[in-house]
Amino acid sequence: MISDIAIYAGCVLLLAGAIFSLVAAIGVLRLPDLYTRMHAASKAGAVGGGLILISVAVMSFDFGVALRAIVGFCFLLLTTPVAAHLLARASYRTSGQSPAVLVEDELKSKRSQNEVA
Amino acid sequence: MTAADVLSLTTLVALVMLGLAMLITVVRIIIGPTLGDRVLALDMLTVVAMGFVGTVALRTGLMLYLDIAIALALLGFLATIALARYILSRAVSSRGAPL
Repeated sequence: MISDIAIYAGCVLLLAGAIFSLVAAIGVLRLPDLYTRMHAASKAGAVGGGLILISVAVMSFDFGVALRAIVGFCFLLLTTPVAAHLLARASYRTSGQSPAVLVEDELKSKRSQNEVA
Repeated sequence: MTAADVLSLTTLVALVMLGLAMLITVVRIIIGPTLGDRVLALDMLTVVAMGFVGTVALRTGLMLYLDIAIALALLGFLATIALARYILSRAVSSRGAPL
């Protein structure tokens, strides 16, 4: 009975993770700009993969496996923002001009300082 | 409908959705206008593949697949970091400035 409840809860988490991953992929395809695409991939994508890992933890009925899945989830939540930040910094510093859809460029003065230096 | 039937159906639906997500991401890798777009889509593809492997672990009941999923997440992180450093260093060296 308890195991049935855990399996149903894990199925709900698994479906939610798959839906988040699909929405993130559609966002990566449809959004207009690298930075907005990064917004879709690094938030919705990380949550999608993390929810699937949590559903593995709920449905495994094994402490070691559940612990590994939760550690993997924490690892994913820690590394995805770092990777997105590095990629945004690299592409901002190499693109040469501000992106067209940007409302305000708060790093513009720092970029001009870097190019002078 | 028992819990095992629900699990089988749910993992099948999730595998289909994750496969669609991988296909859409591959489209972005092909048409991506800049190198940064392609690197971002590759990162996204790694995360979706990690979810795919986790779903396969649930469907088959073999929890060894979970270790593969965690290793894949680590590999995707390192690949994105390395490619971002490569984008930076390529731009610097093409401008003629020292690294």
